[in-house]
Amino acid sequence: MQSLAADLELAAVTKAYGDTTAVDRVSLKIPAGTYCCLLGPSGCGKSSTLRMIAGHEFISDGDVMIGNTIVNDLPPAKRGTAMMFQNYALFPHLSVRENVAFSLKMAGTPKAERLSRAEEMLSLVDMGRYGDRLPAQLSGGQQQRVALARALVTNPTVLLLDEPLSALDPFLRIRMRAELKRYQRDFGISFIHVTHSQEEAMALADMVVVMNDGRIEQVGSPREIFNQPKTRFVAQFMGGHNVVSDAGRAYAVRADKVRLLGTVSSDETSSQRATVTDVEYQGMTVHVAMRRSDGTDLLATLAEHEFDRAPVSVGDEVQVGWHASDRHELAA
Amino acid sequence: MTKTLEAPADAGAAPQDKRRDAAAGRVRRTSWTPRWVAYAQAAPMALVFLLFFVLPLVATFIVSFWNYTEYSIEPAFVTTNYTDVFYGCFSGGSALCTTFATYLSTLKFVAIVWAATLGIGFTVAYFLAFHVRTLPMQITLFMICTIPFWTSNVIRMISWIPLLGRNGLVNETLVSAGLIDTPIEWLLYSDFAVALALIHLYTLFMVVPIFNSMMRIDRSLIEAAYDGGASGFQTLTNVIIPLVKPGILIGSIFVVTIVTGDYLTIGIMGGQQIASVGKVIQTQINFLQFPIAAANAIVLLAVVLLTIWGMLRLVDIRKEL
Repeated sequence: MQSLAADLELAAVTKAYGDTTAVDRVSLKIPAGTYCCLLGPSGCGKSSTLRMIAGHEFISDGDVMIGNTIVNDLPPAKRGTAMMFQNYALFPHLSVRENVAFSLKMAGTPKAERLSRAEEMLSLVDMGRYGDRLPAQLSGGQQQRVALARALVTNPTVLLLDEPLSALDPFLRIRMRAELKRYQRDFGISFIHVTHSQEEAMALADMVVVMNDGRIEQVGSPREIFNQPKTRFVAQFMGGHNVVSDAGRAYAVRADKVRLLGTVSSDETSSQRATVTDVEYQGMTVHVAMRRSDGTDLLATLAEHEFDRAPVSVGDEVQVGWHASDRHELAA
Repeated sequence: MTKTLEAPADAGAAPQDKRRDAAAGRVRRTSWTPRWVAYAQAAPMALVFLLFFVLPLVATFIVSFWNYTEYSIEPAFVTTNYTDVFYGCFSGGSALCTTFATYLSTLKFVAIVWAATLGIGFTVAYFLAFHVRTLPMQITLFMICTIPFWTSNVIRMISWIPLLGRNGLVNETLVSAGLIDTPIEWLLYSDFAVALALIHLYTLFMVVPIFNSMMRIDRSLIEAAYDGGASGFQTLTNVIIPLVKPGILIGSIFVVTIVTGDYLTIGIMGGQQIASVGKVIQTQINFLQFPIAAANAIVLLAVVLLTIWGMLRLVDIRKEL
């Protein structure tokens, strides 16, 4: 079995269920060894895209290529992909070791060999001591490591992860996030990770693919996506952005670039005048929500000391502004 | 097993609780429902069980040791009824004694009916659980499976007669189609007819628990198996069958115990020519030989209980439920 990383390419991949199109001509190239996050709200087609790459969903139109092979009609095991399921889908009747050895057993590997290989994978994910346990006897994080070992035991070229962290509590989620990134680096293969959390995508990905309504909105590094959102949707979905329209054009302004210029008297008529609608203390920062006189909602994220210099409270009239270089024009 | 483990813990905890309660000076309430309500809810079923199941069973057990003659039944404690049941069984003769022969005949039906209902039941349940996608359709098809149960057992058996009889529908059709010259004799009042009727009657007892087990299998497990390169058959043997084992076991217990004690179906469909344990007991009751009938009933009960015990050894049902 090949263990080399391979490029993955989607060419106008489409998934239609009757009249509804879940994925609409998605084209994407993921170089070998990339941590790629498919990011979007639920129902945006990110899971369908992943399942088509995995071979768990038939492709209505277009092609999926792994390396130099078109894999449209190949079953998952023949594609060199492996999938890690949202709830891990560990076989409840098999021990941890047998779970990891499952795909080797299916391929007809002799018992001694597959069990020692499983043992090897388990120690790689720090689960060597738990080989005899049943999945139900493990914690969420441990189950995830076993699921990872089970997926990686076949030396896949691409690992597909369907919302792998959503079943964990927040603290464990951050720890497992770091582990996933580490395994991706160690194995050097591509991880394609579906998530609806922009925070998760930014922390993990080399390449973020923001999807909406069955289409790709933007592809880029986390920095590109966050600092240069192409569309209103991306700016709003990534969060931390104000979308404002001036003279018929839409702009994104990062919330931490918005400045409060002090309270103003009510007779001053400025388009940049706003009323404070909410103040949230967040620890290191303070979120100040405002409504501009033209009805646009604005959010400013201020460092605590910055806020303390000129504190505002709900109902105050303030003057807001930002540098022209800090606003970023949106395509739509 | 769990009892013995928990017992010391309970023993350790109880005095502590008592001390705390004593310190508080009163018993702490643990629920808004008065305790007697729970007992009241269980009482009707417990009463029915006691009056109509436990008491008769105890009576049967006692009577099985009584003495009887052609004209009387006397309270006593003799084991002659049991030695009569097994008369000639352990004498070392080459021919089987009546009791063993009867049990062997019953065992044959149990084996045939169990294998057939398991095969059909598993297939039907698999179809319902994995191929029918929508819940309303599953419910509809499930209801169709239960249609035979809308009529009585006896009527369902009798309705086989016009179909399978010497001049029944099957024979008429085969003769007029020129496939056979003379009607097939073994269609009715035969082992075949008995097995057919039993399978028809009891397949649903296999379908229901297996279907229930299958519906509880997480669909992502099947995908995970497919992802791991398992073929359809490998998924069946490595994932689905191990996970529906409890369902198979429960269905098997239903079918095996019912068929072991059945004498109505064997009587009607076998034309009263095929022996069964139930039939033996019924005959003895007709001759008012209650003590030996009771002894036979106790032996039958013991055989059924042993069978269930053996089957439970195969699958740890407590773990699976």
